Amino acid sequence: MPAPSLPSGNPAAAVVSPSGYAIEFDKVAIAFDENVVLDGVSFQLPHGETKALFGVAGSGKSTLLKLAMGLLRPDSGRIFVLGEEVTRMSEQELFQLRRRVGIVFQEGALFDSLKVYENVAFRLMEERISAAEVERRVREVLRFVELEETYDMFPSELSGGMRRRVAIARAIVTEPEVLLYDSPTGGLDPVTSNTIVELIVKQRDVYKTSALMVTHRLQDAFTMATHQFDKATNQMVVLPKGRHCDVPMSFLILRDGKVIFDGDGHELATSRDEYIREYIS
Amino acid sequence: MAFELELISPVEVAKGYVLAIQEYTLLSAQSLANFFRHPLYMGDMLQQADLIGVGSLPIVVLTGLSVGALLALNAASTLERFGSVTLIGQLVSLGMVTELGPLITGLMVAGRNASGMASELGSMVVTEQIDAMRALGTDPTKKLVTPRVGATAFMLFFLTIIADLLGEIGGYGVAHLLFGVDTNQYWTSVWQVLVFRDVFTGLIKPVLFGFIISTVGCYYGMSTRGGTQGVGRSTTQAVVAASVLILITDFFVTKLIFAIFGYR
Repeated sequence: MPAPSLPSGNPAAAVVSPSGYAIEFDKVAIAFDENVVLDGVSFQLPHGETKALFGVAGSGKSTLLKLAMGLLRPDSGRIFVLGEEVTRMSEQELFQLRRRVGIVFQEGALFDSLKVYENVAFRLMEERISAAEVERRVREVLRFVELEETYDMFPSELSGGMRRRVAIARAIVTEPEVLLYDSPTGGLDPVTSNTIVELIVKQRDVYKTSALMVTHRLQDAFTMATHQFDKATNQMVVLPKGRHCDVPMSFLILRDGKVIFDGDGHELATSRDEYIREYIS
Repeated sequence: MAFELELISPVEVAKGYVLAIQEYTLLSAQSLANFFRHPLYMGDMLQQADLIGVGSLPIVVLTGLSVGALLALNAASTLERFGSVTLIGQLVSLGMVTELGPLITGLMVAGRNASGMASELGSMVVTEQIDAMRALGTDPTKKLVTPRVGATAFMLFFLTIIADLLGEIGGYGVAHLLFGVDTNQYWTSVWQVLVFRDVFTGLIKPVLFGFIISTVGCYYGMSTRGGTQGVGRSTTQAVVAASVLILITDFFVTKLIFAIFGYR
């Protein structure tokens, strides 16, 4: 399926933060009552890299994203996003940082009382950008996700896949420096899932934004690792054997609240860990 | 299917209540502080004022009229025995302006709007819309809570004035049509019996009740847990808590005003 046409906006260049990483977790732990969800999790997401995060249901994948956004506070450990220590920031300071980070929630989390246009424009309107500029950017980003015709519709009038694409449009409209995806293909049929993955690949290769993607579908991450967006044909194409994607792609696996794997596709495929072999088989 | 009875320690229950009071106090204080911080969402406040104020007008009109008429009807049967039926106007006026107008309007608006706020915000919590708003760099207490607090306190003030007036009209209907009280005599006594303290009491209460209704509704909405069942629970709790708090506050405000201005 050909991908939607390219936006005319300038892709945001990856900004290098003082810490050298877009996201860094340092021995982060969190528990809900007696249930330990993350136990000393440490990893780094370098600038411009896309990291796919796996784990069984309840392994703390979504919690990890919420921690990165400062929506939850860890019990211990430190989290850095774009060089700023999230764990030491007040809620008011976090509001400023969050404007530089985009997130796509599991079910989209669109504001159901607002139209698609208002949902996508939410951040822009908060920044008091002129109405004409807001409309131009919203239309551009809706064209990017191939949903310009939904401009005046309410989220309840859209299918699950369309809602997810609008959520991606809302996350990228401000050209964030980091993108967080929480199971963007969860609960979708294979065809729609593929459309979403293609959109994420396009976003990755066009904007080169650092991204952390939680998924339970291994095939999505492998598709991302083995495909690249071709600007000439405006489509996602398979990479020739032995050639790596321009944008680095890595994998991270969580088990029992700990990181059991953090490496690239080759390391994952050649891992001798029994659990990992079973997981990827 | 076996049901297991889980015993909860009284200390845990007490801790839960203290935590709830602390969170409610923080939310209330934050909602007030937001009036002095940018941005102030005037558009949202006007929209809420329309929903809360104009939307509540029919029930306030109906209850105001009914309560005034009932007050006159009940008072007349007693006053008639003493040959003082002409005092109906005074009784209705004092009763409506100082007590029943603010109270009935507050309870009606609590039933209608505290539940609405709790269910709307609760649904936003369980569908991660509140998290999404925070993730988009917007403070939900500024965008959602403060406009509701401002709009409810402001509109309840005017709704109470309308309820007071309609209560007096309802009382007039009963006094004039059923007991033959002269129109001029009724309205003169309605006007003359009121002193500054009565009007002050009657107008300070709706502002406080409006604050209680909105903060309680928003608190229960924002602290919703457990999916759609949780939304239903929050809605019910918000109405009950707001109504009880209104009645308790009414007693203490009345007592305080008596202490400041003295008894009549």
